[in-house]
Amino acid sequence: MPLIDLANPSRFLGFAARALPWLAAATALAFAAGLWLSATAPDDYQQGATVKIMFIHVPNAWLAMLVWTVMSVAGLGTLVWRHPLADVTAKCAAPLGAAFTFLALVTGSLWGRPMWGTYWVWDARLTSVLVLFLMYLGVIALWHTVEDPARAGRAAAILTLVGAVNLPIIKFSVDWWNTLHQPASVFRIGGPTIDPSILTPLMVMALAFTLLFVTLQVAAMRNEILRRRVRTLRLLQAQGAQA
Amino acid sequence: MSALAAILIRDLRALWRVGGGALVGALFFLAVMVLVPFALGPDLALLRRIGPAVLWLGALLASLLALDRLFADDAADGSLDLILMGRAPLELVVLAKAAAHWLATGLPLVIVSPLLALMLDMEPAAMAATALTLAVGTPALTFIGVIGAALSVALRRGGLLLPVLVIPLAIPVLIFGVAAAAGAPSFGAPFTILCALTLFSAVLGPFAAAATLRHGLE
Repeated sequence: MPLIDLANPSRFLGFAARALPWLAAATALAFAAGLWLSATAPDDYQQGATVKIMFIHVPNAWLAMLVWTVMSVAGLGTLVWRHPLADVTAKCAAPLGAAFTFLALVTGSLWGRPMWGTYWVWDARLTSVLVLFLMYLGVIALWHTVEDPARAGRAAAILTLVGAVNLPIIKFSVDWWNTLHQPASVFRIGGPTIDPSILTPLMVMALAFTLLFVTLQVAAMRNEILRRRVRTLRLLQAQGAQA
Repeated sequence: MSALAAILIRDLRALWRVGGGALVGALFFLAVMVLVPFALGPDLALLRRIGPAVLWLGALLASLLALDRLFADDAADGSLDLILMGRAPLELVVLAKAAAHWLATGLPLVIVSPLLALMLDMEPAAMAATALTLAVGTPALTFIGVIGAALSVALRRGGLLLPVLVIPLAIPVLIFGVAAAAGAPSFGAPFTILCALTLFSAVLGPFAAAATLRHGLE
């Protein structure tokens, strides 16, 4: 189905109603398989059972970056093609991305406590994910500052695209900063290659979390479209009452 | 070209004459510096060591706080609408306004920084290096801040949102500014990268801010 067909909100609502049960079922199945594989996966010879935190942590970190990419494409859709659903996509993706980033930070620090002996180190990766989290919160705050969705959408689109241009620069600077101040001593880059017994559950969990994102995103977009309809009806009603 | 020069001179005059806007930034810089010894203790050896970092942090905060006036006055008295309808390219107008803003609020920070460095007991070489990196790096802060200023005027309310949006984008400038100042007297890669960041943001900032103003005010 071409993307332009979904530009009509009513058609999108129909699509969402048909797709959501299947998406939810696929998510539940993938999570069941992923959790079972994770539970039965062998412990790591160095990390012990804590390696299982990685099955949650890594997918969340991947999604943290994927969602900003989705928001950037949606931002282009808002500014360049004026796709009617692009700003709905961007608005609904922002809180989801912030949640995934937050989960990546929390699971990372829970893993860091037994591994590194501390909940937080100013490691380059942790720091750049923290900056990403800050930027998600900034975009969400921007969305909440303006009532008119169209105006807020264009402003948030520009901020998202500026962020997309700047994120690699921030990542590079933070990497450079960390190697200057503190040589990599806590953990080894590269390390032992991942064993298939660990890699399979990781991949299934990544698929499960991605499906979870798609499901929540479609549901949130449906809610946002309905919310905007309610808003428009209320505005019309208020105008009618005035006249 | 004459339109851009006129905007630059007008903005400079307004910033210098109205409410002493330019000097308030330098005063805020001084006030932040006064707080540092109270928080960390009057240990001169410590202050000397962290001096460049403290000066950079103070300059970053001072230039962020000055930003919200950049377009707000023009939006309030309607001259922003005239600029938007004018024939001069909006990107270049934003560049001229940012340049005027830096001359009025960024340059005073660079000029007073050796004085504040003296109070932190920094060596003359470190003092000069910090002033030089501030002179090269604070334009980048202004050019990045233009985006935030345009967003906050397009939304007609900024307040605390502006620094929250701008601070993550300013992190690379802070990292390489402090590194270049600490690496004195031999300027290596950090100083070159700081220059690159300034040039890059001089392109990105005006384009993004002009797009924001166009889309936000239509």
